[in-house]
Amino acid sequence: MPSDHEIEAERPYLLRYARSQLQDAAAAEDAVQDTLLAALQGRERFAGGASLRTWLTSILRFKLIDVVRRQSRESTIDLGEDLDLADLDAVFDGSGHWAHAVRAWGAPEESLLAQQFWQVYQQCAQVMPKRTAMVFAMREVMDMDIAEICQNLDITATNCSVMLYRARLSLRECLEIRWFQREAT
Amino acid sequence: MMDCRQASRLISEAMDRPLSRAEQLQLSMHLLLCRNCRNFRQQMQQLRQGIRQGRER
Repeated sequence: MPSDHEIEAERPYLLRYARSQLQDAAAAEDAVQDTLLAALQGRERFAGGASLRTWLTSILRFKLIDVVRRQSRESTIDLGEDLDLADLDAVFDGSGHWAHAVRAWGAPEESLLAQQFWQVYQQCAQVMPKRTAMVFAMREVMDMDIAEICQNLDITATNCSVMLYRARLSLRECLEIRWFQREAT
Repeated sequence: MMDCRQASRLISEAMDRPLSRAEQLQLSMHLLLCRNCRNFRQQMQQLRQGIRQGRER
């Protein structure tokens, strides 16, 4: 059974994870706090097969989904901003071709990268509409499939795929400016 | 023939669901001729990879 200390030691990792999903820092901390409490109380359920971090992350995922559900119930469900693809008009020209050439990104060196890339990704995620960022995080950070995301957020598969598409285009642009150009200079 | 806007949308969807035969065919025809979209597809894979590595750290 994991000790208090071992569980507590995972707090920074869990916080980082939670903050990557929720823009609301206070809500992220609450979710982590709830997770650690649940883990301390239920530590005999930790089977030991998976790593402690994996087990804690799986608890945190449920807490995060609760938060998102609560938030989407509180706010009126207006996906207008999230589904508006008009800002992509600058990405493509009138004939549907890329307005600017898409240049290959170099293969970044692994070691340095993971950490810095993650930071840049988090900055870039902040400029996306809230729910779009959430859908992207559920898909790419939490590894949920479309059906799970739709069910949890009560949106259609089509809306979900529009939001993912938009998130990817937006992250691509942002990463290119903040990350790959910096590399080149 | 599909344009880049449509192709990029399918490239994104392919990351979340299996494409139909027809979609696959149209997309690969487009990719054959379009370097921009090939680069886009590769960037999308790098994005996914970068996030996985950052997350596991």
